[in-house]
Amino acid sequence: MSDTPIDRVARATPIPVARRIRGFSDRTIAWIFVAPTIFLLLAINIFPLIWTINLSFTDFRANRPNREVEYIGLENYRRILTDGDIWLTMQATAHFLFWTIALQVLIGFTLAWLINRKFRGNDLWTTLIVLPMMLSPAVVGNFWTFLYQPQIGLFNYVVEFFSGIPASSFQMIGDVRLAPWSIVIVDTWMWSPFVMLICLAGLRSIPDYIYEAAEIDRASKWRQFWTITVPMVLPFLMLAVLFRGIENFKMFDLVVELTGGGPGSVTEVTSINLKREAFEKWRTGYASAYAIILFVTVFGLASIYVKALNKVKER
Amino acid sequence: MSGYSITEPSARQKWIAGTLVILYAVITLLPLAWILMTGFKSSADSISYPPKVLFEPSLEGYVNLFTTRTRQTPEYLASLPPAETWYDELVRSKDMVIAGPSRYGERFLNSVIIGFGSTFLSIFLGTLAAYAFSRFKVPLKDDLLFFILSTRMMPPIAVAIPIFLMYRSLGLSDTHLGMILLYTAVNISLAVWLLKGFIDEIPREYEEAALIDGYTRFQAFRKVVLPQAATGIASTAIFCLIFAWNEYAFAVLLTSGTAQTAPPFIPTIIGVGGQDWPAVAAGASLFLLPVMIFTILLRKHLLRGITFGAVRK
Repeated sequence: MSDTPIDRVARATPIPVARRIRGFSDRTIAWIFVAPTIFLLLAINIFPLIWTINLSFTDFRANRPNREVEYIGLENYRRILTDGDIWLTMQATAHFLFWTIALQVLIGFTLAWLINRKFRGNDLWTTLIVLPMMLSPAVVGNFWTFLYQPQIGLFNYVVEFFSGIPASSFQMIGDVRLAPWSIVIVDTWMWSPFVMLICLAGLRSIPDYIYEAAEIDRASKWRQFWTITVPMVLPFLMLAVLFRGIENFKMFDLVVELTGGGPGSVTEVTSINLKREAFEKWRTGYASAYAIILFVTVFGLASIYVKALNKVKER
Repeated sequence: MSGYSITEPSARQKWIAGTLVILYAVITLLPLAWILMTGFKSSADSISYPPKVLFEPSLEGYVNLFTTRTRQTPEYLASLPPAETWYDELVRSKDMVIAGPSRYGERFLNSVIIGFGSTFLSIFLGTLAAYAFSRFKVPLKDDLLFFILSTRMMPPIAVAIPIFLMYRSLGLSDTHLGMILLYTAVNISLAVWLLKGFIDEIPREYEEAALIDGYTRFQAFRKVVLPQAATGIASTAIFCLIFAWNEYAFAVLLTSGTAQTAPPFIPTIIGVGGQDWPAVAAGASLFLLPVMIFTILLRKHLLRGITFGAVRK
């Protein structure tokens, strides 16, 4: 680039001034660019949320739009919090959340740790492992009901092959004791790769020189693992747990297509329970209050968790 | 890497790790392979026990997927003129005749229209917003960004109640436009966050040079930033597309006919006496395969995108 005095003046001119001369100011452009997104989110996320809050104080039923709507204060909330069935739903959700997260962390981290051994072709195998999580949970969940068939299903056959338990002697979906595990297995199959990818990002972010220094200090591999690898990956792992936690708290599609909440209601996680209240029993006001309680719960738990996560990061 | 490194795993370690990972991959891919295989099985083979790995391929599942059929008496079938096409013949060999096309084609097309439509809109709006958040002092920037992200924490069913009511009164229920807007609203938070990350990486000096050269902000954005962010935009688009493609909760609650996408439709494919598994598997294969192929072909960008997006948030 030639360096004439004019160039130097141009470079020294404060950029905001230069911009203001031509067309819109930055501030205007910023608003033009951001406004459509904010508008869309207000219209399709925030406005509905406010409407839900409003509905939650009424006895409105969406299948009878012409009936007079009465404001009943906090009655819906009182009914939900004292309803025994809701607590059963919460237990089903807690079981699902706890086991999916525990298994996914275990499998995901192990896989990431193995892949980080950098064997040949590891990126192709990583991609193949990731495939299940890219697919439609509803379509795949529906197909798993076929794999779980006691007479003809592949899953039951594989179990018989390795354990000797006759394939037709157990029903993953039909049995009250096994059904909660049937959804845990499929979710773990689908989402362990997600935890794996995030852990892998964590493992790859650890610079080699830390291990080299530890090696010079004659720290054992075991000690290196617990004092370097685990603490450095922990923030990543916690992030993965946060995402899986939020996603599985909202879980709907996979479980609907797998068990439909049954048998009875042993796999009726909160979203399915909410769907039944809202779109089958048409208790719109009640379901709205329920939705608000769920949202506040997720939001509250996530905020507390993020605070904890930031503390871990600061260490 | 050249030379000896103490952090490089030994050959034995690599071998063990590789074997374990490949073993896991094989197990994890088995259900997917089973979907693809079942699509080519005859109905008898699909329900045999023990499950058949080797079988005579049949297109029965695919024919059943795309047609509706009625059962006929052998006398009636014998009275018909000879079958004109191979699929007519296949159906007649099961004592049935083709009554018409099934709805799978329409549902698949709906998935394409809604998927691409919402992806385009998310990327268009998302890129503008991401650029603004990346380059300008937007008042309350952190609050707005957090607000955009927090919209993802809501269970879809919770938002579905008022959206159901809203769409009913606006006439948007079961329309392509309604679903496109809805999926855009869901996708845009991820799009903004991912794209902001990509645009943050482009040095500001490029645009500033362009501004000094007499470009306006819009021109600088279009001619300097967009080409630089192209890879990031493409991988974000793939994420948005995959989300819209796979979405089920809103689709099942808000659509029933004209705008219904494939995910709520495929599980409802039934044959005589229960689900027609080869047809379901054929439908699932056609629906899942594009995503599988995309994932494998674009793995470099996708894998980076997943972790990048996650770690960014």
